[in-house]
Amino acid sequence: MLRSIRKELLASLIAIVVLTLALGVAYPLVVTGIGQVVFPHAADGNQVKVNGQLVGSRLLGQSFEKPVLDRNGKARVDAAGNPVTTPDPRYFQSRPSGDKYNPSATAFSNAGPNGADTRDAIRGRADSYLALEQRYDRSLTRAAIPPDAVQTSASGVDPQISPANARIQAHRIAAVRHLPLSRVDRSIDDHTDGRGLGVLGEPGVNVLELNLALDKETSR
Amino acid sequence: MTVQGSIQIVLLLAVLTAAAPLLGGYMARVFDGGTMRLTRVLGPVERGFYRVIRVDARQEQDWKAYARSLLVFSLLSWLALFLILRTQSVHPFNPSGFSAAPWDVTFNTSSSFVTNTNWQYYAGETTLSNFSQMAGLAVQNFLSAAVGIAVVVAVIRGISARSAKTLGNFWADMTRTVLYVLLPIAFVASIFFISQGMVQSLSPAKAFTSLEGVKQLITLGPVASQEAIKLLGTNGGGFFNVNSAMPFENPSGLTDFVSMFLLLLIPVSLPITFGRMVGARRQGWAIYGAMMIMLVVAIGIVYAAEGHGSVAQHLAGVNGGNFEGKETRFGIPSSSLFAAVTTVTSTGAVNAAMESLTGIGGAVPMANMMSGEVIFGGVGSGLYSMLLFVILAVFIAGLMVGRTPEFLGKKIAAREIKLTMVGTLATPLLILIASGIAIATTYGRRSIFNAGPQGFSETLYAYTSQANNNGSAFAGYTGFVQPNAPGNHGAFGITFADLLGGGTMMLARYLPILAVLAVAGALAGRRVSPAGPGTMRTDNGTFVVMLIGVILLVALLTFVPALLLGPIVQGLTNQVF
Repeated sequence: MLRSIRKELLASLIAIVVLTLALGVAYPLVVTGIGQVVFPHAADGNQVKVNGQLVGSRLLGQSFEKPVLDRNGKARVDAAGNPVTTPDPRYFQSRPSGDKYNPSATAFSNAGPNGADTRDAIRGRADSYLALEQRYDRSLTRAAIPPDAVQTSASGVDPQISPANARIQAHRIAAVRHLPLSRVDRSIDDHTDGRGLGVLGEPGVNVLELNLALDKETSR
Repeated sequence: MTVQGSIQIVLLLAVLTAAAPLLGGYMARVFDGGTMRLTRVLGPVERGFYRVIRVDARQEQDWKAYARSLLVFSLLSWLALFLILRTQSVHPFNPSGFSAAPWDVTFNTSSSFVTNTNWQYYAGETTLSNFSQMAGLAVQNFLSAAVGIAVVVAVIRGISARSAKTLGNFWADMTRTVLYVLLPIAFVASIFFISQGMVQSLSPAKAFTSLEGVKQLITLGPVASQEAIKLLGTNGGGFFNVNSAMPFENPSGLTDFVSMFLLLLIPVSLPITFGRMVGARRQGWAIYGAMMIMLVVAIGIVYAAEGHGSVAQHLAGVNGGNFEGKETRFGIPSSSLFAAVTTVTSTGAVNAAMESLTGIGGAVPMANMMSGEVIFGGVGSGLYSMLLFVILAVFIAGLMVGRTPEFLGKKIAAREIKLTMVGTLATPLLILIASGIAIATTYGRRSIFNAGPQGFSETLYAYTSQANNNGSAFAGYTGFVQPNAPGNHGAFGITFADLLGGGTMMLARYLPILAVLAVAGALAGRRVSPAGPGTMRTDNGTFVVMLIGVILLVALLTFVPALLLGPIVQGLTNQVF
């Protein structure tokens, strides 16, 4: 009995060392090698550059809110020391995020379905959404707000918004950027990722790419 | 429910039903020691490995010897993982320079990955180095899956044996699973995932400035290679904290579909493997059918509940489905489907925030796990747990009609029934005890995030998930205060939650394994009596209904009071708490 356990211990020990080298070092390194050679852009996270400067990834959403300045031109901070921000009307707005769009420390918001705080948060976001968009789209009502616009994403860095959400914001973008609404709508279509193979998942509008395209268009 | 949403669901189940006989038949050949195209290439590697570890893979083991090899291997795996994680700072591939997580969190994590649970109190991208992820966690993703499959193969041999005393050889089953099943599929899947936008890099994080001037980091890592085995092995531990919701870990609707396909692939194939190996294909499909019926019901309920929207959202005047904690590219249908399939299998990967599911939408994942992870379940563990329920159903049916219970010609005696009871009741008992202790003590309540019934749901979910080796979470519940969390200076573990959870995972993994191996050992030696006109059939519709009934009565009914107090009360009211 004791001898056989010793034999098993030795076999296990060698097996774990060998398997760690094979599955834990060789396998990921080979996959990394192939990925970096065959699909370097994807393997490095679909980085987006403007004039050679890294501005993000097409897969990582970012916040399009700008800092609120006080009378002296300094950024205002709240009680906790975080900068106060407001939606930048020139840009399509991303979804609410539970982690302030930080891609290096992702987190769920973990809001409960029956939480009073969840209700208040959604109500507050709906108020802000109406305050921002109703000026440009008079027909917009609370009941017509797309659910993705006022509820946090899972990853906190959702790169997309729903097409319905984008169509509402298009009125504001067209007015602020002095573009015809049809032009903005066409831009939305150009930056909408359809369902995978036509059936899988849901269509979504890539906010970063859409905003970059609009910047390019209006600076011309 | 939308047409497009339903198409995805039907498509997934159809593709899996087509794949099950292919992989199921292939695995039957692998475990019968047959030769395939792959053995011609990898055969020398396999034999070389046995020489290096100095075992004779042809030597048959009885159930005790098989269990001994398995336990010793698992124990050393645990120690190796604990050591790697605790000495993280001295290893290479640590571009962010992370130091080790506290010992209590590491205890939980090691127990979690060795038991195929992948419960995560840590957040990957802010806690672990690439080396810990690759050489620590991903290795156990392979090995814990292989151990689970080895057990079910031994059990199948016990049932199919013609009065033998042995169940095969643990080392051969484990090695062949890794070499001929897990590694080839994971390799192909990881390359596909990269092509679709999943990250695979060992470079340090890239700094960038967003359009609004915010300075941030793009965190890279060996994600795709880990992701493939995380899903295939029904492990579920994400590289990133938000798991398969993170676009770097699940970039599109297509990768999401492939993810769900991978995590169900081996669990749907094993019943077919079983049918082939015992020489009763209909029996394999009967078990498959019982599992599939329960899965379809689960998917339907989650989808309907999420499409209806949450109470909080309705009170805020917002229409539409419950989008809280869901990604745009998956929407309601794929998020609901994922929530169901990740909890019927013991995967626990998530593409949405489980905590933010509606009351009823959250009750279903819990019920899925509480069934004992027998609705396809984990790789290996799902089928061997299901076979215990089959034996129980045969026994109860035998009592009802007054016949000696027998399964595939083998008489079931008192000792097997006792062991079956141990195997089926150990996990529910552990859930009730652990969540009872956690909710009744101030130590346990420190982990709770949300108020009211949701806080109870978090606790119940945590111990249900850990005991069933699932690993998904109502993620507000915590055992580790993260280093990068706002306002937190330094990291510390919540020792109570870490130890109770870690202990629960280990007991709930190895007690049923020992029980089921003992049952298999007893059945292996029994002679097969030929089927006569009086033999009760176990491969027809009546038996499928009987089997589902036994699972509902034995496993699920235990938890009805607990489910009522947590998720169901929230699902049935229009109140907020």
